[in-house]
Amino acid sequence: MASSPRRKIYGLLAEIVCGIFSATSAFVLGLILYFIARRGLGAISLTFLTSLPTPVGQAGGGIGNALIGSAIMIGIGALLAVPWGITAAIFLDQHPHSRLASLTRFACRVLSGVPSLIIGLFVFTLLVLPTRTYSALAGGIALGVMMTPLITLSSETMLATVSSNWREASYALGATKQQTVRMLILPTAAGGLTVGVMLAIALAAGQTAPVLLTALTSRFWLENLAQPAASLPVLIYTYGISPFPDWQSQAWGAALVLVTIVLVLNIVSQALVSFGNRKKGM
Amino acid sequence: MLTKKLTSHTKSSEGLFPLVTALAAALLLALVGGIFWVVLRGAWPAMSTFGLGFLISTAWDPVQNLYGAAPVMLGTLVTALLALMIAGPLGVATAVYVNELAPSYLRRPISFAVELLAAVPSVVYGLWGLFVLAPWIRTGPGAFLEQNFGFLPIFRGPSLGVGVLTAGLLLAIMILPTITALTREVMRGIPLDLREAIFALGATRWEMIVRVVLPNSKTGIMGALLLGLGRAIGEAMAVTMVIGNANRLPISLLAPAQTAASLIVNEFPEAFDLQLSSLLLLGLWLFIITSLVNMAAIWLAYRPAPVPTEQGGHAHGK
Repeated sequence: MASSPRRKIYGLLAEIVCGIFSATSAFVLGLILYFIARRGLGAISLTFLTSLPTPVGQAGGGIGNALIGSAIMIGIGALLAVPWGITAAIFLDQHPHSRLASLTRFACRVLSGVPSLIIGLFVFTLLVLPTRTYSALAGGIALGVMMTPLITLSSETMLATVSSNWREASYALGATKQQTVRMLILPTAAGGLTVGVMLAIALAAGQTAPVLLTALTSRFWLENLAQPAASLPVLIYTYGISPFPDWQSQAWGAALVLVTIVLVLNIVSQALVSFGNRKKGM
Repeated sequence: MLTKKLTSHTKSSEGLFPLVTALAAALLLALVGGIFWVVLRGAWPAMSTFGLGFLISTAWDPVQNLYGAAPVMLGTLVTALLALMIAGPLGVATAVYVNELAPSYLRRPISFAVELLAAVPSVVYGLWGLFVLAPWIRTGPGAFLEQNFGFLPIFRGPSLGVGVLTAGLLLAIMILPTITALTREVMRGIPLDLREAIFALGATRWEMIVRVVLPNSKTGIMGALLLGLGRAIGEAMAVTMVIGNANRLPISLLAPAQTAASLIVNEFPEAFDLQLSSLLLLGLWLFIITSLVNMAAIWLAYRPAPVPTEQGGHAHGK
């Protein structure tokens, strides 16, 4: 090895380069949040949040229908994904080493890496093409398909935290597997399951491509689920690429609303996780 | 196996429970197959019309009903690799800094911020790219490259702001949190003993990083990079907003181009018949490619670690 001072200086220089690289990363990422906050704040008001879009050239207008459309589609997605995902996770937890379990786990990991656009193509071909209409229902199903593997994987991790001592105590009292799952495992893991669902919802809330291909968009209030529906991400996209400055500024406002929702969901779930850890004394 | 014996007599009271849970798991398996089958069936007309020539043809002509994927496939490849080349070194360096060099009071805030940025929706990155990054590229680096290196085909102007370079940079920013978070996760798992052992031999902190941390997290870093690559390949909205959407071969980094995902987003709502089928065929290829990349990443990331990770991870995490 070379003499000690040279090695120290070399190490210091390398560490400084490393520091500069991560400062660059932090700077760029900070820049994005700064611009969203600065450009978005000017566009937001109560009427912006609660009213319908206005025709081009007419001032005002808002994202009320997009907020409701997003909420309804996420709701449909959660109605599909939460029971499905948690039930599948119960199977993975009960038979962790079975062939079906390892295949399912693998399928979930592959699915969570598949571009959400492909899920849009799938639901479009399956539902929109035969019914000949874009619909809020199709959008919700696309989001549900996207959320299910995520909820399955996170729920399995959470169910696994229920210790085998407790499970065996439950069996020793004569409880069946079903009773053990229902009265011991699910209630014990409830907090963790909620965190997983919240994170999946946060991800679904920002999905644009699958919703664009299945629910398209709309400039009116959603009256029934078989109609095209507006959503926050699609509105940001269509307003962002439009040539009208008024729409562009509304896109920034909508982006700030969306980012706030997504970040709040993430921060709350992080807080729940660390609160849970502290309670368990970890 | 005492519990099994004790519960076996109650099997009859389990009812549908085992069946329902197994069904939920099997349905997830069927879902992957179903997605593949449905997209394949939709893509079939284009497949039987163009065959493998689809991948090398540069035509995309709805008037004459001729479709080829070469420009968008290359566009996808170039933007994704560009993103990986930028985000790879930055992401790994950031993970090294956060895990090894940063003062302990900075570690949690930085990794928390990185996690939050991974959660920002892609359409929001797209909006930022279109209104902040693209204008900056047009007058800044783009103009510089055009003036000084414009004689090279890959920097041929005019510098428009929207184009391959902007898309690659934006993708790099988007996959940076993924790469950083996963790399850091792997580095946390390296046992304290190994670090202490090389310090005891008189190594400096940097030598410890180069000889212990990086070699021991090699496969994990590869997995993180592949996951980032998969995300860059499949990204639709952000790229659509900044790449300029011109269906031609991506020769100049400064010129508009198109990726497979952005072409689908742009043309899908108005497409029918053979055009729709061709777009579905593009989607099928995207599905296959991203699945392969992700399977490789999963294989690397979920392999049993070469060293025991439990105690070292916790001890170092403080």
